[in-house]
Amino acid sequence: MSDVVALILMVGITAYALFGGADFGAGFWDLTAGGTERGRTPRSVIAHSIGPVWEANHVWLIFCLVVLWTAFSEAFASITLTLFVPLSIAALGIVFRGSAFAFRKEVTRTSSQRNFGAAFASSSVIVPFCMGAVAGAIASGRVPAGGKAGDPWSSWINPTSILGGVLAVTVCAYLAAVYMVWDAKRLGDPGMVQYFRRRAIGSAVVTGVIALAGIVVLHDDAIYVFHGLTSRALPLVILSALCGIGSILLLLRSSHTGARLLAMGAVATVVVGWGVAQYPYILPTSMTLSAAAAPDATLWSVVVVFVIAALVILPSLGLLYYLDQRDLLGAPAVEPGLHDHG
Amino acid sequence: MSSALNFVLAVNPVPWARAQMAFTLAFHIVLVPLGVAWGFITLVANWRAIKKDDADALLLAQRWSKYMAVTFAVGAVTGTVLSFEFGLLWPRFMGRFGDAFGIPFAIEGLFFFLEAIFLAVYIYGWKRLKPWPHFWTGVPIVIAGIGGTVSVVAANAWMNEPAGFTLNSAGKVVDVDPWAVIFNKAMPLQSLHMLVAAYLVGGFLVASVYAFGMLRGRRDRYHRLGFLIPFTVAAIAMPIQMLVGDEMARWVFNNEPVKFAAIEMVPKTSTDVPETLFGHLDDKGEVVGGIPIPGLASILSDPADGTSTQIQGLDSFPKDERPTNAQVDVVHLAWDVMVGLGTFLFLLSLWYFASWVFKRRMPKSKLFLWIAAAAGVLSVVTLEAGWVVTEVGRQPWIVRNYMRVEDAATANTGVWVTFVAVVLVYAGLGVTVVLVLRQMSRRWREGDAEAEIDEGGPYGPRPTPSHEEPRAAVDREPVP
Ligand code: HDD
Ligand code: HEM
Ligand code: HEM
Repeated sequence: MSDVVALILMVGITAYALFGGADFGAGFWDLTAGGTERGRTPRSVIAHSIGPVWEANHVWLIFCLVVLWTAFSEAFASITLTLFVPLSIAALGIVFRGSAFAFRKEVTRTSSQRNFGAAFASSSVIVPFCMGAVAGAIASGRVPAGGKAGDPWSSWINPTSILGGVLAVTVCAYLAAVYMVWDAKRLGDPGMVQYFRRRAIGSAVVTGVIALAGIVVLHDDAIYVFHGLTSRALPLVILSALCGIGSILLLLRSSHTGARLLAMGAVATVVVGWGVAQYPYILPTSMTLSAAAAPDATLWSVVVVFVIAALVILPSLGLLYYLDQRDLLGAPAVEPGLHDHG
Repeated sequence: MSSALNFVLAVNPVPWARAQMAFTLAFHIVLVPLGVAWGFITLVANWRAIKKDDADALLLAQRWSKYMAVTFAVGAVTGTVLSFEFGLLWPRFMGRFGDAFGIPFAIEGLFFFLEAIFLAVYIYGWKRLKPWPHFWTGVPIVIAGIGGTVSVVAANAWMNEPAGFTLNSAGKVVDVDPWAVIFNKAMPLQSLHMLVAAYLVGGFLVASVYAFGMLRGRRDRYHRLGFLIPFTVAAIAMPIQMLVGDEMARWVFNNEPVKFAAIEMVPKTSTDVPETLFGHLDDKGEVVGGIPIPGLASILSDPADGTSTQIQGLDSFPKDERPTNAQVDVVHLAWDVMVGLGTFLFLLSLWYFASWVFKRRMPKSKLFLWIAAAAGVLSVVTLEAGWVVTEVGRQPWIVRNYMRVEDAATANTGVWVTFVAVVLVYAGLGVTVVLVLRQMSRRWREGDAEAEIDEGGPYGPRPTPSHEEPRAAVDREPVP
C-alpha cells in the first residue's frame, strides 16, 4: 500500500518538475534576458507562455506537500526539522515569485515592471535551487529519521545538495527554453524561435555535462543512491540520456513538437529514476517507505482522492492546456489600449 | 557554525512559532473571502450582463475577474507558506498527527486544483470563449471555493475536537477512520460559520470600494451596480451568520466548556452569570472593569433554563489545561469584538433591507455610505476576532486534550529570524497588493475617460451594450 502512495507522490513530483519547473525556468530566462530594451521581446514571450497556467502548475507543489505529510508524516517532520533553512528560503521565494509575476502584469510603469520583474526572476532561480538542495540532502542521507534534526547547514550545503540545486536550475531552464521555442512559433515570431532554440540547446548541453559530473559526486557522497542509479534505475538513466540527446537533435532539425516531448521524457525519467534508486527508502538509509507510512485507512483516502483527482482534475487540466495551446485564452484584457502604455 | 552565531540564535522557538503561525494565518484569511465569495459575486454580475445585456455589469464582471487574478495569486502564495509552516514550525505535531490531520487537506488540494484551473480559464477566457460557456467555466470556481473552505476548516475543527484515530502505547497513531476525522463534531458548525463569514466579508469588502467611489461623487449606474451586487450578497449572509453564531456559542458551551469560560470570562462556576462587556482578569483571577449585563450569559447559554443555567468557571479546570489569564483576556476581548461588530453589521443589513422594502431603493444618505465604506474593514476585523476566539481559546492545546503547543513546536532556534523576515515581506506584500489594485482601478478610470472622449464626450450616445463590443475591443495581443 505504501508503495502505491509513493508512486502517487512520484507522479506529483514529476508533474511539478515538468510544469512548475518550466515556469521557474521561464524566470531564469527572464533574469538573463538583458536590459529593459533588449529583453523586452523575450520577456513578453515569457509572460505570454506562463500567464494563464502558472497557478495550476503551482498546485502540484501543494499536492506533493499534502501527500507527504498525510501519508508519510514522520518523514515530512524529519525533512522540515532538518532542512528548516532551505525550506524557509524556498517558501519566501515562492511568495516573491508568484506575487511579483501577478503584479508585473498589472502595472504599467516601466520602473515598477522592472522591480517586480527582478523579484520574479531572481526568486525563480533561488526556489528551484533550494528544492534541488533539499532533494540532494535527502538523497545523500543527511536527513535523519526519528525526530532528531540533522545539521542545519551542512545538511544542505554539501556536494550532493549543490549538485541537486544546480541541476534543478538548469533542468528548469532547459524545459522552459524548449517550451518557449514552441510558444514563440505559435506567436509567429521567427526571431524568438531562434533565440529560444539556441538557449534550449545550450542549456541541454550544460545540463547533460553537469549530470555526467554528478555521477562522480554521487559516488563519493551519496553511495546508496549511486548504487541504485547504476543498477535498478540504470535503464531510466539511459533512457533519460537518450531523450536528452534526441531532443537536442530534434531542436537542431527544427522539429519542435518532438523536441518538447523528448525533453519532458528526459526530465521525467530522471525524477522517477531518483525515486527508484532510493527505493525502498524515503529517507536513505534511515527510514523506509513502509516504516514512515500512515495507517492503511489514511493511505486509502489518499488513493481515493488521487483517483477522483485523476477523473476530475486531469480532464480540467487538459481543457486548460488545450485552450491555452489553441490560443483561446488571451490576455485578460478588459479595456482597449491597456497594453499600449509601459 | 560559530558559537557566537549559535548564541544569537538560541532563542526559545515556541512563542515565535506561535506568532509566525498566527501572523501568516491572519494575513491569508483576508484573501480567503475574496477567493471564496468574489467568484460568486462576479458570476452574478456576469449572469446579469448576459441575461439583460447589461454593459455595466459586464464591465464589472470583467474587471472583478482581473482583480481576482491578483488577489488569488497572493492567496495562493500565502497559502503555500502556511503549508510549509506546518512542517517548519510544528514538525512534531505533523509527525505524530499528520496521518489524521492531513486527510482534510488532501481533499482541499483537490479543490485548489479545480479553483486554480477554472480561474485561469475564466479570467483568460473573456476574449475568445462564447458568453455562456464562459460563464459556466466560472461555476467550478464557486464550488471549489466552498469545498476548499469546508475542508480546511474541517482540519481546524479536528484540532478542537480530535476524533477518528487510535493511539498505541507509544503515542503513535495506529488506526484512522477518515470519515470520523473529517466529520468531527466541531466541523459542521465551524465550516458553515466560516463559509458564511467568507461571503459576508467578501461582499462587504468589494462593496466598500464602490461606497467610497459614490462618496467621491461617482454615483453613476456602474458604481451603484458595483455596490449593490456585493452588498446584497453580504446583507443576505449577515442574518444567517447571526443564527449560526448563536448556535455555535451554545455548541461551545456544551462541548468545550473551558473555551466557553474564557469567552464569557467566568472565573468561578455559578448560575445567573452576567454577560460582561470588556473588562479583564486581575492577578487573582477576578473580573475587573467591564460592563456586566445581569444574567445574560446564562440565558444565552440555555434559554430554556434561563438565568438558572450553570456555567462552568475557569477554576473548575486544572491550571495547566486552560488558557492563562492573559489569554482569557484576549479571548474575551476578541469575543466582544466579534459579537459587537457582528451585531453592528447586522443592523446595517437591516437598514439596507428596510430601505428596499419601504422605499424600493438602497439608502442614499451619506451616513449609510460612510458606514458601508467602513463595513469592509470592520467585517475583516470581525473575522480575525472570531479566529482569535477559536485559536487562543484552545490553548494550551494544539490538539485538544492530546498535544500541547510546546510539544508540537520545532526545536529550531532560528524561528525568530524567519518571523522577522516573514513580517517584513508580508508588510511589503500587503502594501503592494493595495497599490497595485488601486493602480489598476485608476488606469481603468482614465481609460474610461479617454474612451468616452473618443465617442464624442460624456453626452454622446453610449455604444450599444452587447457582448461583442467589449470583446472585440480588447482583441489585441499584449505581445508587440
Ligand atoms: C465576519 C464574520 C463573523 C461574524 C459576523 C460572527 N462570527 Fe463568529 N466566528 C467567525 C466569524 C464571524 C470566524 C469565521 O472568524 C470563526 C473563527 C473560527 C470559525 O469557524 O469561525 C468564528 C468563531 C466563533 C466562535 C468560536 C467557535 C469555536 O471555537 O469552536 C463562536 C462561539 C462564534 N463565532 C459565535 C458568534 C456569534 C454568537 C456571532 C453573532 C454575533 C458571531 N459569531 C458573529
Ligand atoms: C485563518 C484564520 C486563522 C487565524 C487568524 C488563526 C489564528 C491563530 C492564532 C492567533 C494562533 C496563536 C494561538 C496562541 O498561540 O495563543 C494560532 C495558532 C495556530 N493555528 Fe490558527 N488561525 C486560523 C486558522 C487556522 C486553521 C484553518 C488551522 C489549521 C487547519 C490553524 C492551525 C493553527 C496551528 C497549528 C496553530 C499553532 C498551535 C497553537 O497555538 O494552537 N489555524 N492561529
Ligand atoms: C480558515 C482557514 C482557511 C480558509 C477558509 C482557506 C481558504 C483558501 C482559499 C479559498 C484559497 C484559494 C486562494 C484564494 O482565494 O486566495 C486558499 C489558498 C490556499 N490556502 Fe488557504 N485557507 C485557510 C487556511 C489555510 C491553511 C491553514 C493552510 C495551510 C495548509 C492553507 C493553505 C492554502 C494553500 C496552499 C493555498 C494555495 C492554493 C493554490 O495554489 O491554489 N490555507 N485558501
